[in-house]
This record gives sequence, C-alpha cells and structure tokens, in this order.
Amino acid sequence: MTKFAMPEEIREGDTHVGRRMLRVEDRSLLRGEGQFVDDVPVKKGTLHAAFLRSPHGHAEIINIDTSRAEEMPGVFAVLTGREVAEQTNPMIVGFENPIDYYGMAVDKVRYVGEPVVAVAAVDRYRAEDALDLIEVTYNVLRAAVDPVEACEPEAPLIHPRADSNCVSKRNFVHGEPDKAFAEADRTTELTIRYPRNSITPMETYAVLSEPNAETGGFDVLSNFQGPFSVHTVMALALRIRTASLRHRSPKNSGGSFGSKLVIFPYIVVLCVLARKARRPVKWIEDRLEHLSASSVAPNRVTRVEAAYGNDGIVTGLRLTHWDDHGAYLRAPMPAPIYRMHGVSTNGYDIRNLAVTNHIVMTNKCPTGAVRGFGGPQLYFAVERMMHKIATELGIDPLELMRRNMVRADQFPYKAIAGALLDSGDYLRTIDETVTEGGLDALKKRRDEARAQGKLYGIGYAACVEPSQSNMGYISTLKTGLERERAGPKDGAVASVTVSVDALGSVNVIGDSVPQGQGHQTALSQIVADQLGLDPEEIVVSLDTDTSKDGWSIAAGNYSCRFAPASASAAHQAAFRVREKMARIAATRLNVPPGDVEFSGGRIHAANNPENAIPFYRVGGLAHWSPSSLPDDVEPGIRETAMWNAPELTPTTANDEINTSLAYGFGFDFCGVEIDRDTGVVRVDHYVSAHDCGTILNPGLAEGQIRGSWASAWGATFIEEFCYDDDGTFRSGSFAEYLVPTATELPDFQIVHPTPHPSPYTRLGAKGIAEGNQYTTPVCVANAVADALGIEDVQLPLKPAKVLRWIGGAEPPPSKGIQTNAPAQRNPSAIEVSGQMEVPAPPQEVWDLLLDPDRMARLIPGCERLVKTGDDRFNGTVMLGVGPVKGRFDVNIELAELDAPRRTTLTGTADGPLGSSRGQGSFVIEDSAAGSTVAYDVSVELSGKVAAVGGRMIKGAARQLIDRFMRALVRQAGGGGQAAPARHRSGFLAWLMRLVGGGR
Amino acid sequence: MKPAPFDYIRPDSVDEAIGVLGEYGDDARVIAGGQSLLPMLNMRLVRPEVLIDISRLDELKQLEKTGSGVRIGAGVTQGALAIWVGLEPDLPLIARALPNVGHFQTRNRGTVCGSICHADPSSELPLCLALLEGEVELRSDRGARRVPASDFQQGVLNTAREADELATNVVFPAASNGAAYAFDEFNHRHGDFAVVAVAARSEGARISLAVGGVADRPEVRHWTGLEGSAIDDALNDLAWELGGNDDIHATAQYRRQLVRHLGRKVIEETAR
Repeated sequence: MTKFAMPEEIREGDTHVGRRMLRVEDRSLLRGEGQFVDDVPVKKGTLHAAFLRSPHGHAEIINIDTSRAEEMPGVFAVLTGREVAEQTNPMIVGFENPIDYYGMAVDKVRYVGEPVVAVAAVDRYRAEDALDLIEVTYNVLRAAVDPVEACEPEAPLIHPRADSNCVSKRNFVHGEPDKAFAEADRTTELTIRYPRNSITPMETYAVLSEPNAETGGFDVLSNFQGPFSVHTVMALALRIRTASLRHRSPKNSGGSFGSKLVIFPYIVVLCVLARKARRPVKWIEDRLEHLSASSVAPNRVTRVEAAYGNDGIVTGLRLTHWDDHGAYLRAPMPAPIYRMHGVSTNGYDIRNLAVTNHIVMTNKCPTGAVRGFGGPQLYFAVERMMHKIATELGIDPLELMRRNMVRADQFPYKAIAGALLDSGDYLRTIDETVTEGGLDALKKRRDEARAQGKLYGIGYAACVEPSQSNMGYISTLKTGLERERAGPKDGAVASVTVSVDALGSVNVIGDSVPQGQGHQTALSQIVADQLGLDPEEIVVSLDTDTSKDGWSIAAGNYSCRFAPASASAAHQAAFRVREKMARIAATRLNVPPGDVEFSGGRIHAANNPENAIPFYRVGGLAHWSPSSLPDDVEPGIRETAMWNAPELTPTTANDEINTSLAYGFGFDFCGVEIDRDTGVVRVDHYVSAHDCGTILNPGLAEGQIRGSWASAWGATFIEEFCYDDDGTFRSGSFAEYLVPTATELPDFQIVHPTPHPSPYTRLGAKGIAEGNQYTTPVCVANAVADALGIEDVQLPLKPAKVLRWIGGAEPPPSKGIQTNAPAQRNPSAIEVSGQMEVPAPPQEVWDLLLDPDRMARLIPGCERLVKTGDDRFNGTVMLGVGPVKGRFDVNIELAELDAPRRTTLTGTADGPLGSSRGQGSFVIEDSAAGSTVAYDVSVELSGKVAAVGGRMIKGAARQLIDRFMRALVRQAGGGGQAAPARHRSGFLAWLMRLVGGGR
Repeated sequence: MKPAPFDYIRPDSVDEAIGVLGEYGDDARVIAGGQSLLPMLNMRLVRPEVLIDISRLDELKQLEKTGSGVRIGAGVTQGALAIWVGLEPDLPLIARALPNVGHFQTRNRGTVCGSICHADPSSELPLCLALLEGEVELRSDRGARRVPASDFQQGVLNTAREADELATNVVFPAASNGAAYAFDEFNHRHGDFAVVAVAARSEGARISLAVGGVADRPEVRHWTGLEGSAIDDALNDLAWELGGNDDIHATAQYRRQLVRHLGRKVIEETAR
C-alpha cells in the first residue's frame, strides 16, 4: 500500500535539497556508537542521585527525618525541598502567578512522584538504599483531579497563595461572536474531554551537574531540548549570572517528542545537590520516574459551540477550555493552548470567535511540551464539531468542511485570532487526497459492510500545521496593559554557523538540538547545495555548548522549528560563505563575483567552467594568505546566521497573534470497523496527506509522518495517564501506560499533495512533524461517531469503553449463580464486604480482635503491635503476596465501639511499597457456629504498588484477607477449618488489605 | 530503579541449590530467566536476601517425552520449548499459546517453570497447565513431591511451593488423539499480559475450558454434552461466577463479555 517514493515535482534540478538520501547519523547510531549523556565519561568521584518521591497526590509534609540516610556510608548529600527553597528563587513562568515552584516539594506534596528528598551517593544503588532510610510523615489532603471540578470554590486549594486552582482565566473576543450566534440559523454545542498522554522517549532525562569554582556557577551536561529561553529561568533560580551556567548537550538524544523541555527543574535541583555534595552529580531518570513525574501534555475539557447557517457555513465559534496543567506551571507553560490560539479556527474561514481559557492546577504530574503542543486538544474539538454540524444538517461531513475552508485565492490569509496562514490550496489538497486515497471505493466498502450488518464508519479531519513558534505568543495570556509593561516579545531566532578551513573542509554547527530527526543530514544537503559540494563532504556537529555556540532564546528542538527556522539559518549562513568565497574567487578568475558558480568542488566562471579554482584553494587563501584577499574581506571563513522572520510580530492590543511563521496543511480520512462483540475498533483504511511546502528530504519527511502517526495511533487507542479521584497514579510502567509498537500499528497510505512552499522561509519549507497528532485522533473519532451514530466519543478508544457505546444489556446470570462481580461505589478503592462464620462466641472474637498480643501472633508478618491509646493501635507488619513483600507502619483507630457487637475503624499503613488509608465497619452476631462477622471496608492505596501493580492489587488483597481469616478461624478454635471461598473479614483482615498494596 | 542489596549464589547442582534453598527458605528467591523477577527486584517490590541462580544447571535443561507426558526442566526457556520438535504433536495447545507469552526476546530468557511458579493470574502457561491437568515437581531436602496444577496455583503470585522447595520440572500430559485444543486471548498489544485468556479442550462430548485474567488464578470448568445456546448460558454463568475486576485496562463487565465471546470462540474451534 505504501509508496516509498516522494513526488518528482519537489525535486529541483539536481539539488541535494529534496533528495532522498541515507542519513549520515545512522552510521554511528546503527552501530551503537552514538553519544548520549550516559555515554559521556565523567570525572572520578562523580556521585549519583536518587529521589524520594511522594506516594500521595496531595498531602502536607509534617516531618522529614533524613538522619539515618545522612549517616549511611557512601552518602555525600541529602537535600530536602525546604533547603532548595532557601537557596534558590522560585522558577519563573511567563506571567505573574501564585505558584512557588522549586523543582522539589516544599511543605506540601502536590502529585504522586513529586521529588521530596534528593540523595547523592557513590552509586545509584546506595543512593536508593539511602532513600529507604528516610522517614517522611504526611497529612494526606483531599485531592483535586478533574479540571472543571478543580475550579469550583469547594475544591481543595493546591497552592495556598492562589484564590482558586484556576490560576489564569482569559476571555478573547475576535470579530463579533455574540452577534453571529444571535443571528445564526442554528447553533449547537459539544463537550470534549481530551485525555492526558505523552510520547515516551527511549532515553529518559539525563543530567550531569558540576559546580564551577571559577565562575561561581555550574557546568551542566544534559539532554535538555530547548527552548533555550529556559536557560535564563535556571540561572535566575540559581541566583547566578546566565554566563555562569554553562550547559552542554551531547551529540545524540534518544528521542524527546517535547518531553525534554521540562528537564530544567531537575537541572536546578541537581546543581544545588552538587554544590552541597561538593562533587559532580549525575542522574539518569528511570522509567517509573519518567512516567509519573517528568512531563505530559495537558488533558483538556473543551466546550465548543458553533453558529451556522442552513447552508452549512459556520459563522461563529465559541471555545471554552479547561486546560489541566497538573500541580505546577513550568516555563513556558501554559504555552500549548496559546501556541494554537491564532489558529483556533483551524483552516476554516470563520470570522467570529470567542475563546475562554482556564489554566487549571490539579494534583497530577505537571505538564510540558508534547509533540502536537495544544493542537490535538483544539482540533479534536473543532473537527468533532464540524462532523456534528454535518450530521445535524444531513450534509456529507467532507462537503461541509470544504464549504468552510479558506480558499486558495485568500492566501496569505489572516485568521480572525491572528495567524497569518502563509500559503496553501486546501481544497486542492483535499481533492488530490480523496482521489489518490480512494475515497469513493471506501464509501462503497462502508455501504457493503453496513449491508452485512457490520458497524463501519468513515471519518475526516483537516488541520493547519503550525511551525516555528513565535516566542511572543505566550504573552497573549497577559492583558494588553501587562504586555505593555513587560515590553515586546516576538520572533524566533535560529542560529547556524558555517565555516570553511584552510583545506576547504566545511564545518556546520547549529542550535537545533536533534533527538533523532536527521538534522545533520538535512543541513548537509542545504549547505552542499550552496557550496557546490557533496553532502558527504560537510561535517555537521549539533552538540551544543552555551558558552561557545551562537544561540538565542528560541534555540532548541520543538514546535516544528527545524524545517522553517534552522534550515533557513543554514541556508543564510551558507549563502554568506558562498558570497565571501565568490568574492575571493572572482579576483582569481577575473570575473565579477556575481558571475561565479560553485559545483563539483570547484568555483568557476558561470560562462566558462574551464575558468575555475578548486574550492579548497579559496579556503586556503582565506586562512594562509590574508594579504591576497580583496581589501574589505576579513580573513578566515566563518559565518553565523541569526535568522528571524519579520512576520513573527508581537501580540496586538486586541489579542491577535501570529502564533507561528509557517502553516502547513494536513488532511486525513479513514474507514473503521467496530467489532460488536468486543468493541475493538479496527482501522480498515487510513489515508494521510500533508502539504509542508518544500520537502528538504523525502525520507526524513516520511519518517516524521510515520512517527507522528504511530504516536497519534497510541493517543487514539491506548495511551492515557490514569489517576484516581484521590490523586493516586495508576500508569507507572509500560505494562500500565501502553505505547504502540510495530506489531499493533496498521499500515496506512501517505498521499503527497502538490506542495505550496512558504513565502516566509528561505527554502519554502514548513514543519511536518506534528500533523498526525492533530488529525488522527479526531479522524478516527469521527469515523467511530459515524459507525455508531453517537456524539460523545472520548479517547482513548479502549474496547471496554467502545462496547458500552455500542450498548446492549449484559445477560444476567442464571438463578442461583454466586457472583463475584464487584459492586463498586468508589471505583478507585478496594472495597470488600461480606460475612463469615467463626467458631467462637462473639465475646471471644471481640476479645481476640482487641488484644494486640494475640493479634500480633495471628497476623502473618506482624513484627510488633502495641496499643498506643484508647482504641488506638500501632504496629509494624511485613506484608505482601508471593515474593512481593514490604514493611509497613500501621496505625489503627477504633470508633463507635459497641462491645462485643460492632465497631468502625479508620487507619493508615505506610511503607516504601505504598501508602494507604481506609475505613470499615464490623458487626459480630451470634450464629449456630458461634459468630457471624459481617464487614464492609473500603481502602485506597497509593504509591509505587498502585502505580505499577494495579492489575493484581485486588486479587492480592483478597489473598491477604483469606490468609488472615484462616488464622483467625484457627485461633478462635476452629481447628484450621478452611475459610469459605469468598471474603470474610475482621479488623486486621482489613489491616492487611490496607497493604493489599503488597500486590 | 536499582535492587536492594542481596547475595548471589550460583549452585553447581540441583542438590546444592536445594541445600541453599533449605538454608535460606523464604529469604531466598530462585532466578532462572528473571523476566518477571528482575523488574520486581529493580523496583524493590521484592527484596530477597539471596538470589539463587539455577539458569546454568544442565540437570534442569531436560525437555523430554515421558510416560506421563512432556516433562520440562526448570532451566528450559519458553524459546527452547517453542522450537522443540515434539511441540505440535504432543502439546498442540502450548504451540498455540506460546507465541502470546511475552515477546520473542523475553521467551529466549523466560522459562516455562518460571512462568508457572510466578503465578500471574493472566499468564498463558499456568492457564494451559491448569486446563491440561499437568503437574509441578517440587524437591527439597525433605524429599520430592508432585503437585497437580489445580492445587499448585493458589492465588495472585501465590503457589503451593513451600519456601524450601525448588520446582524442578513441570509435566504437561501429552495430547490425546481424539482431543482438540484451542487457545485465544485478548490484550491491547501483542505480548502484553492478557486481559482475558482462554483455552479449550474437547474430546467427544466433554468440553473443558480454562479462563485466565478474570479470577485470581486460572479457573477450569468441564461440561458434557453441551450444545448450542446451552454453551452461551454456561459461559455466561461462568463469567458471572468469576466476576472479574475493574482496572485501568478493562472493566469487570468487559472481562465477563470476553469470557462469553472468547469462550464461545475456542469451544467452537475445538468442535471443528
């Protein structure tokens, strides 16, 4: 199905740009010779860091006892959040806000996985051993998890200086939306809940930090991806000159997809830790740390309203967003929602728009950049709405989209919220895609499938693909007055340096911080074209060093910046080198510099190729013989381009913002079939087209499309970070957070539409890395809506959910069948209720349950149990199932005692495996056998085991209860009679269930 | 994600392994392929004092057909079983189930006995052992014993193995001529732990079905002379009886639906 050739028309003559060529990077990567942070040798004596992290979503820190950890041999420093707060400034965000963020928890923890204590030790093993010796006492608080509920006045307040968990609310009005809605033939609305996901790189965060006595600052090596504007944030936090914070990134980074932006708080913390330890400190994030506490895309609730005519023309759009940023804002957050602001109307000619943005704090992992950066959330709402309007009017959805699209003669098109759509012919792209992708055949296929009773649907989605972010867009969040006070922010400067040495070798360095995309290859193609060389002859080095490189605040790898920005900078720098070499060569060739051409390693007269000088000779002259250069030509050949585009202007007084420089266009359609019995949605046919202007290298472009498709497929079907209502994190391993692999991904058809190069970039290239993040989730969702005739399609499309949408009641069991099906009141809790027979009278059972000495003998693994007060008990219990065991500190309090009949109790259990709280009631009654113990308990478990063991927790809890009950029956005189198969209980059974966490 | 300190012992014989296990008992863990144990060690969910590595004991690498069935030593990897020449004729059910056990790479290290001793309620090999009514051979200083599958796996990660016992072999009864076997499972990605796994065996009018991923261990049911809608009714009752749990991957109700759907599918497959 897939065609591996890119279209001919983008190849211009015999240029290297536009040519599919092998990646120069792969020679080392495929041999395992890449250089990632962990491959870089470190100084003797370098320490390794580990973090003790919060098991709670929301809790006060009552006490931290690090004394035993500090005494452990091999430990050089133990650092709490409080110390970090004393030694650093809060990390700044793009607007004034009530959040003090230091990279570690201070006084309170606000999400599971938040760093509480950092340890530096001689190796990671001992650092983690030391974590086991640290005791933290928490007072667990109610959590705010849902972004809409978190804005309510009764929601628990996460940041004490804030009035509300909604820390920023802005209303934007573009055009006359109220009028449009009042005058429209029809209006409609839809609410979207876009899930929380990420794209998980193979290489996690990696930092090496060393104090520098000369500068008073730090030398840092990390896989930070930029934007380098954040370098300032780090230096300000550390209270040092920016020049004293030397940051280097190695040659390779093992993927990022945006995530390696918010590594910077860890850099700050590790600098403080290294200073305390007086040694270099290295930290490689592990997978549990990455999944629970690195960076995710904000989940978002959007209410979208549309005003439209009976002809299907949409005249107005209202978007109300609740953007869930988790526990803290870290620069440049809340950027995703503002990066897309200018294109809130997607590729549609809608001239009236109202947008309300709520930036909400919740007890979840803080957000950061994720490929797509605000686009998936926005376009899911807009494109679902277009589908809904079409359904309401009985118009074909594609026809409706076409009627509203920006037309080719409108470019450059100023969207109502400020985006200056540079080029394109959206209807032509759609036509080409529909024809080449076989839409007519797909429609036939749908009709045939439906005739056979199958659930089959077709979906469409279009997207404007922004690239090269305007560094000023985040200021849109401020009011016009605030912006005026702060001074203008705009532009997006990219830097590339091209130099030619005395033997004519060409070196290129740049600020694009690649993470596997193939930047070296593309830059070598661009520079080779300018200098008449082969790309193989160009050496491109993209490791970075803030103390030596040319860079500006926009440096880095994000928001499809490479193709428009870095490529332009490379083109400009190479062009300047060419101009200079042409001037030198011209004096030798006796022709005007304008008549000089470069090809085949020679510089020659345009009209006489025989009149030539070797490229290397010109390089040699520039270095070896400054005296023979033309008068105003400086010796040496080294040109640094700091490239920017004038179209990237600041936010206007009425909040219009050209959020990006270049805007590509993507259009997808697909057919899906849904299995009635299992709810599995199968992608039957998927077609994706992207007009990204000039294609620098078709192989690299196709790699981006395929990569984006893969991660978008994951977001559509299986990827989601799950939290319980109490903030418990459930997605701590790759067995819980499911990422697609080659086995799951269906193939799809890439259509290459006629390109419409950008007039604003030097090569006409636009970004292409994020397109399918925008289109695929909603394209498939529209197809599901079409197949099932439903409106409320929420991702990810896990089959259990889809089966509910299909409907149909579950057949009841036959009479007399004992069911073990759970009847959940609180879905996040382990709830067990039931009763059991104990062969002893109630008073005896009661006395047993309240006697700590006898209970200590009864409870397997109980090392200590003492009465600490009236009806209060404290104990240490080693509990678990199978090989999974842990020591827990347990506190129990009984209440409403009515001896020997009933009691309620509450309690906690805390240990390295997890932390839990619960309550239950117990009623003891006479029975023929002796007593009947009826119980009803509910336990919530958080921490490590909850994050990685969710699949087995309930079964483990049942097993612990079972084991306890056998012991109880035996102790109470039952002679070891087997306990009934279903749950039975007692108060310590409940206690054991507390640590059902035992997995 | 580094393990807590432990001692590592690599015995040179099964006798020595048993001796060490007898000495340390519950404070020791046996490691063969380590595909489940190592992640648990690294996350410090498991903190043994001693790790006893049996992976290089040739005595435990026997894979042979005996009078009672196919006897598989504790050192035999899932990958080795997958390419064993007797697999399809003697263990047709395992031949169908094995490709679902983890991934090619993990099967090259993970052992058959290890998977059974780990006792994950969603695992394929314990499910097959339960359906086929195989046995686990255990040895300790106190002697040897054979435990039937139905008694061996007792709950989540929990088996009848005593702390001083080494599982030396598992025995799968060889396929009988008149029987038909089928296996199927549902998961979100190939190679993941099954949300629900089912295995069926039919011989004459007798149908046996094993279900994994719903209760705390594989559950087996036998029916005779079941046909048509009676199969659906029996599966529905079984689904309700097992109940299932809600977790982030699927609801209990969805698991019951899979019992009905996949159960029907494999039973029909064995009838063909």
